[in-house]
Amino acid sequence: MEKLLKTNRRDFLKVAATASGGLFIGFYWSGCDSPKMKVLTDEEVLSQAFEFNAYLSISPSGDIVIYSPNPELGQNIMTSFPMIVAEELDADWTKVRVFQAPLDNEKFDRQLTGGSGAMPHSWERLRKAGATARHLLLTVAATNLGVSIDELSAEKSAVYHNGKKKFEYGELVAEAAKLTAPDEVKLKDPKDFKIIGTPVKNVVNKEMFTGKPLYGLDFYREGMVHAMIQRPPFGMKIKSVDDSGARSVSGVTDVVVFKNNVAVVGNSTWPLIKAKRQLKIEYEPDGAVESSFDHDRIMKDLLDSKNAQVMRKDGDVEAAFKTAAQVITSEYQCPFLSHSPMEPQNFFAHVKGDKVELVGPTQTPDRARMETAQLLGIPTENITVEITRLGGGFGRRLRADFVVEAAELSKILDKPVKVSWTREDDMTGGAYRPAVRYRFQAALDDKGNMIAYRLRGAGINAGNSTRENNFPSGSIDNLLIENIEHKSPITTNAWRAPITNFLAYAEQSFLDEVALAAKKDPVKFRLELLERAKKNPVGEIHYDIDRMKAVIETAAEKSNWGKNKDVMQGFSVYFSHRSYVAQVADIIMEGGQPVLKKITAATDCGIVVHPTGANQQVRGGIVDGMGHAMFTNMTFENGLPKQRNFDTYRLIRMKEVPEIDVHYVDSGYDPTGLGEPALPPTGGAIANAIFAATGRRLRSQPFIEQKEFSDIKLQIRRT
Amino acid sequence: MANYKLKINGETFQVDVEDDTPLLWVLRDHLGLVGTKFSCGIAQCGSCTVHVNGEATYSCTLPVSSIGSSEVTTIEGLSKNGDHPVQKAWEEIDVAQCGYCQAGQIMNAAAFLKKNPKPTLEEIENAMNRNLCRCGTYHKIREAVALAAKMK
Ligand code: FES
Ligand code: FES
Repeated sequence: MEKLLKTNRRDFLKVAATASGGLFIGFYWSGCDSPKMKVLTDEEVLSQAFEFNAYLSISPSGDIVIYSPNPELGQNIMTSFPMIVAEELDADWTKVRVFQAPLDNEKFDRQLTGGSGAMPHSWERLRKAGATARHLLLTVAATNLGVSIDELSAEKSAVYHNGKKKFEYGELVAEAAKLTAPDEVKLKDPKDFKIIGTPVKNVVNKEMFTGKPLYGLDFYREGMVHAMIQRPPFGMKIKSVDDSGARSVSGVTDVVVFKNNVAVVGNSTWPLIKAKRQLKIEYEPDGAVESSFDHDRIMKDLLDSKNAQVMRKDGDVEAAFKTAAQVITSEYQCPFLSHSPMEPQNFFAHVKGDKVELVGPTQTPDRARMETAQLLGIPTENITVEITRLGGGFGRRLRADFVVEAAELSKILDKPVKVSWTREDDMTGGAYRPAVRYRFQAALDDKGNMIAYRLRGAGINAGNSTRENNFPSGSIDNLLIENIEHKSPITTNAWRAPITNFLAYAEQSFLDEVALAAKKDPVKFRLELLERAKKNPVGEIHYDIDRMKAVIETAAEKSNWGKNKDVMQGFSVYFSHRSYVAQVADIIMEGGQPVLKKITAATDCGIVVHPTGANQQVRGGIVDGMGHAMFTNMTFENGLPKQRNFDTYRLIRMKEVPEIDVHYVDSGYDPTGLGEPALPPTGGAIANAIFAATGRRLRSQPFIEQKEFSDIKLQIRRT
Repeated sequence: MANYKLKINGETFQVDVEDDTPLLWVLRDHLGLVGTKFSCGIAQCGSCTVHVNGEATYSCTLPVSSIGSSEVTTIEGLSKNGDHPVQKAWEEIDVAQCGYCQAGQIMNAAAFLKKNPKPTLEEIENAMNRNLCRCGTYHKIREAVALAAKMK
């Protein structure tokens, strides 16, 4: 029955009254009958004990509460989602409050943050919820005034007739709650938006800037114990544990060995940090124990392997290469990376008999619940997950390893427990961005046209390391994209802009090499390819050619591409996560040394809902992409990362960011995500600018560790 | 274990902890002042920044035994109503992304501006360079510090 309901889900907007006389509007999931009306107590409205997929409630005093179902990790949906509801509702934004809704996958069907998917998923349903509420309120107002609803207008939570204010929303909610939601509501024309597209302030600012407990690590429950866990190196298992030193640390109450973990338990954090250092654990191999040295060799060998999987094939690459006037071949490589959110992993778990309470920062509450259910053999409906604010995620918190181990430990200890990770735990117990090596080959005819293109990706636990249908696929007659993977005990996971975060850099640098060989301007070269794809597409095209062209042209225009002889520029463009971003990096020479001054970005992410948030996502994505491309390395030795904290794992700092000039292309499309798409193009834009300025081609990351870079004294300055 | 009397945010607190316990963990675990954040624990990121006698200080590596009668200020005590000029500037510029680093950023900026009320942008960058922000809000941080300097 439940399965049936799930697969047949349809959205019903339902209306209900609250006990305090307010109006409640939510989506109701149902496959069959129309839901019964009922009055909700305040508690039911605020908790979850009702069958609505809650979106908003309005009290008689005019306070509007909007529930945000997605985990908040800085992508600002706690602000931008309510903005969308409030827009269609014509609400007074100052009266809107936002709550983070707890996990309930019966109500919220996509409660996850990752893949920049929250916005596209919710855009229309949020608008409908707001518009429906507005319609009901205006219907009541029209009846009371004895006029037609078309004669009324609404602004800032009030209804107007002939320009005169007649009602506040709060006065209308009790009557509105007796109505049924219409099947169809009219949504606003985007040009009439008043809230969407304005720089509304983050709704959590006050709490964040005064140090209120918001994050998982801040969570505290009377009677809970603290724990930290020593996890094994990848490919190893425990041979023996000597915990005498750890047990002798004052404040440590217990040491527990479970699976391949050793947990130290106590009543506060510091004794555990000390005790972990005192653990003497001997490990033995339990699979391949790998080092970076092995990975380098493995990836090179894989590039010559006969067993690659064909991801896309157009035309006849072999034949085309034989006729080529010129062949360009290059290999690019990127290292493992840690996600390293500023808040290390942590989770609270309390297993009481066959019930489990979980509290903490997760990007996928549903997965946390499922995996806990599986491990403990407890039905999912007995497991609650409360989501705290997340101190960054970058994909690391899409996994549930840190939740499940807390639950397991709570069960063993029979106590509520908060498991905290140190930075070193976070870096050594990671689920990393995979290391990947690519080989690109391009064939040019005697006129400099690209007649064939070959890409083979070899990754360590990377899955498909290519995006076979992305540009330039579709614009070249003969194309072959292949992938081959090495399975390693080192866990990998999605890392902000999965795969494209390094593929885009490699591909956009390689295209720069090809343009140079073809003696073409890099921007014109790309536009020609797109023109070709448009006129005479080869195979399937999975990107919007015009949107891609528009961001390329905008970035070129805004950056004065090629107009100033003293500015050496690098170009890059990428389509990922449904958005299009082109970037230009500017380097000038000062005293014979290159200075990276500026990055210009042109983005098409559809309608920009929240400009301050969007600007930060673009600039933050560029800073992220630039920092990791330039500075950050993670190497393995015997199954363990050598970089274990920020002293050796170098993250980008304030003085290392150039000016970033953000532009949008107004395509009028529904909004697409922006948590990721600005990151992929950055490494390529910078590498190409460095080439333009110095003639050095950087084919591996991080740039600063490459020998080509060693005598380039690149400075980064904003002014 | 030893007993320590600590002056924090204008009040006196007593805690019974080991001498080597960093101030950070005294604040977070023993006094419930969780606004001061843990991230690296080795004086590299600035998330744990507090003021000790007005100086921006990494609390993660400061043993409680070394504090003595020094005055400690944490983000909770920076202002009564969250209206310190730096906090107001942070709101005005809407600096935060995930927000986790921001308490440390604000504390560092507040101590810096006290010493250097009219800083150049370069001085701001130099001062704020000791705080990491994984979300990359550096442009807004710089803007907000400059704005706070004007607000005073
Ligand atoms: S936690 Fe203290 S500097 Fe990072
Ligand atoms: S805002 Fe997320 S780490 Fe700075």
